[in-house]
Amino acid sequence: MAKITLKGLRHSYMPDPAKPSDYALQQLDVEWEDGGAYALLGPSGCGKTTLLNIISGLLTPSHGQVLFDADDVTALPPDQRHIAQVFQFPVVYDTMTVYDNLAFPLRNRGVPEADIDPRVREIAEMIDLTDMLGKRASGLTADGKQKISLGRGLVRTDVNVIMFDEPLTVIDPHLKWQLRSKLKELHQRVKTTMIYVTHDQTEALTFADKVVVMKDGQVVQIGTPVELFERPQHTFVGHFIGSPGMNVLPCEVKGGKAFYGDIEVPSWNAAECPDQGGLELGVRPEFVSLSESGIPVEIAKVADAGRFQIVDARRADKSIKLLVPEGTDIPEKHAHLSFAADHTQVYREGWLVHGGQGA
Amino acid sequence: MNKIENQKAWFFVLPVLLLVAFNAIVPLMTVVNYSVQETFGDNTFFWAGVMWFEDVLHSERFHAALGRQMLFTFSILAIEIPLGVAIALTMPRKGFWVPVCLVLMALPLLIPYNVVGAMWNIFALPDIGLLGRSLNALGFDYNFTRQPGDAWFTLILMDVWHWTSLVVLLAYAGLVSIPDAYYQAAKIDGAKPFAIFRYIQLPKMKRVLTIAVLLRFMDSFMIYTEPFVLTGGGPGNSTTLLSIDLVKIALGQFDLGPAAAMSLIYFLIILLMSWVFYTVMMRNEAQ
Repeated sequence: MAKITLKGLRHSYMPDPAKPSDYALQQLDVEWEDGGAYALLGPSGCGKTTLLNIISGLLTPSHGQVLFDADDVTALPPDQRHIAQVFQFPVVYDTMTVYDNLAFPLRNRGVPEADIDPRVREIAEMIDLTDMLGKRASGLTADGKQKISLGRGLVRTDVNVIMFDEPLTVIDPHLKWQLRSKLKELHQRVKTTMIYVTHDQTEALTFADKVVVMKDGQVVQIGTPVELFERPQHTFVGHFIGSPGMNVLPCEVKGGKAFYGDIEVPSWNAAECPDQGGLELGVRPEFVSLSESGIPVEIAKVADAGRFQIVDARRADKSIKLLVPEGTDIPEKHAHLSFAADHTQVYREGWLVHGGQGA
Repeated sequence: MNKIENQKAWFFVLPVLLLVAFNAIVPLMTVVNYSVQETFGDNTFFWAGVMWFEDVLHSERFHAALGRQMLFTFSILAIEIPLGVAIALTMPRKGFWVPVCLVLMALPLLIPYNVVGAMWNIFALPDIGLLGRSLNALGFDYNFTRQPGDAWFTLILMDVWHWTSLVVLLAYAGLVSIPDAYYQAAKIDGAKPFAIFRYIQLPKMKRVLTIAVLLRFMDSFMIYTEPFVLTGGGPGNSTTLLSIDLVKIALGQFDLGPAAAMSLIYFLIILLMSWVFYTVMMRNEAQ
């Protein structure tokens, strides 16, 4: 058990990186509290797996340090860091039984058999594999195998952190949900730090207490699922999280007021922004509503998403999406929209404009 | 539901049937034909029943040749399989040296069998060959044309040189198909190199190694050209393997009946052993 600190971390796969784009990971300073459930979320190729491999020790970063509590483990190999990892594709030792698979990490560390047996049985019970203990691991289904991978991490008592690298990729959809809730339940039971890498927002938001959103080798925001939803620090977060993503519209700020086209749009942080053009306005579809007056738009498309209807409205070829509850009458062509002021925010070069009050 | 009767589809199978008939069934049947008949020349044949089979199965000469064949096959398997795996394990997984290693490994496989035999014959000659001369210079009394032990040593060395590459290439193919995650997981689980070999690499190579053993078993059991060119079965009969003995009987002595019976027994031994081996390996897999 330990707090994990990443200090000034940068990594490049090239021997002599020069440009920032040579780096798979840009400057990173992150702290992972002991016992937290974290998700590392970002699109493919954003450096999630690189970061994960640096924490686990499969990769040594070009710059910076990895600290477990106060110990610098940057140069230590994986087996000396006391970490566990569950990979994208289930890794089991095919020729061994489930029992031997679970006992393997302990046997390698020279734990006496008398101590191994109760521990293996305890973990097998936790991950619902007690009935399978005598079976060959190769005979299990993908979700069973992933449970074994996880079990091999849980079985050790010295594990600082368990990392998951998109562990549900090969699992059937109806089992995904089960396994995800199992993970969450296990985390509450064992209280080991868990870091869960995924590009799936649902997985990240349901598993994690805190989500770390990454883009192009950088951390864009660390926050609870609610914070990511309500106060995206970057337009990317707004886009990437939420379905449909946040509307991002060009705007100007004049005298502490935001304008979209010629229309004034109330925004909670416009007053903190100096008068300037080239800004952007972000508002989630959930906080856009139809109204009597406001921004005039043309209704382009209405999609029924069950309890909601997703309305695609157009203004000067810009699309504004909004969610309206089912059963709401939607005008055929012309309509007016209004944005909820405390959820409409101004972004400069992609980043949320900060004044005295932040998110 | 009406079953549609359309026997015309069988015509599609006809070309294959003809091909197989001409290259396998017909030649095989002529052998079967000879094996149950006796001839006194003049192209007249008499029914002989299973006489030739009984003769062959009771013949000391056949037992001796079969014994030598087994010894040869199991010796080369015992050397080539572990050696091939060991070499494959040391080969690089990526980078500039991969193609270089692969080509070097493939070279012996590209040399015609009789050339291999001739090469090793000259290489091992005690008076002028590099190997023979060197061994003698080092104080060994080496002469593969006179001493059966030396002949066997040379024969096995030649086969190992010629065919270990095949095992290497197959084992290497098995090794490179193992995803990195397995090695990473093993590292995290604290596995020692031997445990990685025993629980990851070996199980993942099992299929290709089954193929390798089968191929090497069949090939070495039927080997003819290389030992024929190298030693001609000698000195004496000491390296007369089954196929060499068979040719002596069929073409040397022109005993068609016994030769045909021996061919069939020879064929059945290979078939049976391959089948048993494959079944056992695959049954393990199913468990």
